Amino acid sequence: MGMATEAQFHVLAVDDSLIDRKLIEKLLKTSSYQVTAVDSVSKALEFLGLLGAEQKDPNPPFVSQNRNQEIEVNMIITDYCMPGLTGYDLLRKIKESTYLKDIPVVIMSSENVPSRINRCLEEGAEEFFLKPVQLSDVNKLRPHLMKGKAKEDEPNNNNKRKGMEECLSPDRTRTRYSDMEVI
Amino acid sequence: MDRNQVHRQVALMRQSFFDQGFLDEQFIQLEELQDEANPNFVEEVVTLYYRDSTRLILNIEQALEKSPLDFNKLDCHMHQFKGSSSSIGAKKVKSECTQFREYCKAGNGEGCMRTFQQLKKEYAILKKKLETYFQMARQAGPKEIACRPKPKLDICPDLEKNYVGWIPSRFRYTFSF
Repeated sequence: MGMATEAQFHVLAVDDSLIDRKLIEKLLKTSSYQVTAVDSVSKALEFLGLLGAEQKDPNPPFVSQNRNQEIEVNMIITDYCMPGLTGYDLLRKIKESTYLKDIPVVIMSSENVPSRINRCLEEGAEEFFLKPVQLSDVNKLRPHLMKGKAKEDEPNNNNKRKGMEECLSPDRTRTRYSDMEVI
Repeated sequence: MDRNQVHRQVALMRQSFFDQGFLDEQFIQLEELQDEANPNFVEEVVTLYYRDSTRLILNIEQALEKSPLDFNKLDCHMHQFKGSSSSIGAKKVKSECTQFREYCKAGNGEGCMRTFQQLKKEYAILKKKLETYFQMARQAGPKEIACRPKPKLDICPDLEKNYVGWIPSRFRYTFSF
């Protein structure tokens, strides 16, 4: 496995539940990710610089928070059900943004609603985790992050395995497996 | 009581939580996240849960006093509370939450109130048990209980390690849709 760079991936976690934020933060940190956790979609959008003026930064997924800071977000993991804008709304906004659409988005939900899951995957979510999220779920994130990094390094890489291919594949269960995988 | 005996007591207490259905596998997930960087992670999360859920319980109580009952609101509050309870592995509490939501969907106010009383009982019982457990664990001193090493496929745990009946976390329930 070519882990050439020891770069720390930065994950933005969005969840209105204090407990779940603490949990996801720990899960991600245990997996050696850098974490920023916010409690609402509007805060996430603010962090990503989507609120207010259009970002002119030509280097996605780097987003300028302000002139002095450049924040890179390699993945967004968000709860689905939140007061105000939902995780699905966030997903849509990310995918509609020229500068952010390549950031992988993962949705979490405590409710197992197949139509909801499909909707998210069709909208471009990489994974859908049932809560409570576990380490085995977080372990599934690395390939998405590595791919994102590869895409970043090779701008002409045609690795777009998005949308349709995702939701049509029957093998991809978006939630925890029952098989005894040796981790 | 020597240290080994205290450890054994703690392990037995812990096992009883699973055997008696107070806690589920999610609690083990929390334990697995505990490490040198966060040696009290489980206790921190549980403490946070009890602190945070006080607010949620109050919201539900207030909502239950309204007339007529707003079942949507009640369900929404309970959804949040259930989520938190689920995240710490509070099995019986979570079960009451589910029951409560069923009554909300059915528009059964009496059912809601009855279930809520039961829920609060379970919530309080668990709190007491966990407080005692953490206190004892601290007295026992740092060992496997506090800082769990990386789990292996350990189906028959060695009693010496105080992993009495530890359930390997990778044995998951089937999910399909």
